[in-house]
Amino acid sequence: MDIELRHASLHWQQHCVFDHLDLTLPGRQWTSILGQSGVGKSSLLQLLCGIADSAVIQGEIHCSDGLALHGRVAWMAQQDLLLPWLNLLDNVLLGARLQQGRRPTSEQRELAGYLLQQVGLGDRTTTRPGQLSGGQRQRVALARTLFQDQPLVCMDEPFSALDAINRLKLQDLAAELLADRTVLMITHDPLEALRLSDRILVLQGHPARLSEALEPEGVIPRAVDDAEVLQHQARLLRLLAGETV
Amino acid sequence: MMRLLRPLIIALGLLLIWQFIVWLTDAPRFILPGPLLVLETLFKQFPLLMHHAGVTLAEILLGLFLGTLLGLVSALSLVTWAGLSRWLLPVLVVSQAIPVFALAPVLMLWLGYGMASKVAMATLIIYFPVTAACFDGLRQTPTGYLQLARTLGASRRAQLFQIRLPAALPAFGSGLRVAASVAPIGAVVGEWVGSSTGLGYLMLNANARMQVDLMFAALLVLAVMALGLYFSVNLIARRLTPWVNETTSSAPRGDSP
Repeated sequence: MDIELRHASLHWQQHCVFDHLDLTLPGRQWTSILGQSGVGKSSLLQLLCGIADSAVIQGEIHCSDGLALHGRVAWMAQQDLLLPWLNLLDNVLLGARLQQGRRPTSEQRELAGYLLQQVGLGDRTTTRPGQLSGGQRQRVALARTLFQDQPLVCMDEPFSALDAINRLKLQDLAAELLADRTVLMITHDPLEALRLSDRILVLQGHPARLSEALEPEGVIPRAVDDAEVLQHQARLLRLLAGETV
Repeated sequence: MMRLLRPLIIALGLLLIWQFIVWLTDAPRFILPGPLLVLETLFKQFPLLMHHAGVTLAEILLGLFLGTLLGLVSALSLVTWAGLSRWLLPVLVVSQAIPVFALAPVLMLWLGYGMASKVAMATLIIYFPVTAACFDGLRQTPTGYLQLARTLGASRRAQLFQIRLPAALPAFGSGLRVAASVAPIGAVVGEWVGSSTGLGYLMLNANARMQVDLMFAALLVLAVMALGLYFSVNLIARRLTPWVNETTSSAPRGDSP
């Protein structure tokens, strides 16, 4: 399913951050938006997730299947947002628990357990999040996002709070588990975008505009020392830094 | 080991100072009885003391239960209906400007000399701290949790009961602890103003008859009761929120696994 966002505009304190912005997310592809802080990329993502403040950002969303996008987006934020009072299994099951108003079915529990196994925490289902490290917590958040099984996955700097090694590991895991899904990822790290994305867009300027899509070659997740990745990274870093000079 | 010994040493030290003052000032026993005399009275009058302590304890527990229940329901209503909080919150704050002690005689007049007026006093005195603590806890849910709940398609009801309420439990726990420490004050003040049973009545009566040793014994029983109540409530509050201690003792976030 393709998703199209048209005429998006973001106003912040009577100041236009962007206007008439169009964004297309082709189905089963991983799209990344690169940009500096304050350029409105998180608001753009929240608009798609249906949690944006409508006084601040507005836009029309069209899905290629003609249905509304509302309620069909899985959101993964920079913070893991695990509920400290629930164990890992119940955190993964959160969507089911909140919607049904009754205990999750045994199939749902089985699926949640399987997903925790996939992110390498299959033996910690009854642990509470407080006992986990940052990397482990974000893995659980990834499992929770996968459990929702929505047509669109929106990720807002999902790995930026992690240290370098954990970040690479989690990128590999996310690439594996989210393959063939429609993904929109917001990031300020060109390397992260280059490792994972089919298409990379840069959001910058006053008012902010989206650049032409960069479509790197190679199998995802791309290696950090891949020549093309490094070359693009240098170019993107120059592009992003150029604006502040 | 030291953790257990320390309170004992402190208690022993205080008793010694007490005894020392009695020796030093040579105060008559109807002004300041020594600790030994108070203990002796405590044992001699034990059935009497327990009878009155039972009444006071019942008043405190009932007041604690009603006050907590009312506070919790008020806080839930305040967050559920935003319009209500605009009207009710100022009333609540103004009501706190009236000292509960000043209301005691009126409560006596309305509810009689029995237990009801004391329960009402205890309820009133803990109602505000519990409501305030719960209300603050319910309002301060991390926005991220609520945004996540919305993307997960949670109804307002589900958000309240499955996200905001559990997130407010630690704040509710501190409200309960405050309630447990002030509820005995409410009950005893109620008894002072007018009653025929309870530790407050016993103390007032003993004082009037110059039985200061009995008054001190009643005070001791009351203190032990209040401490016991506080620690039980503290234990319950910690059982309600087992994750709170885990989070603070675990490794800082961002560490590698």
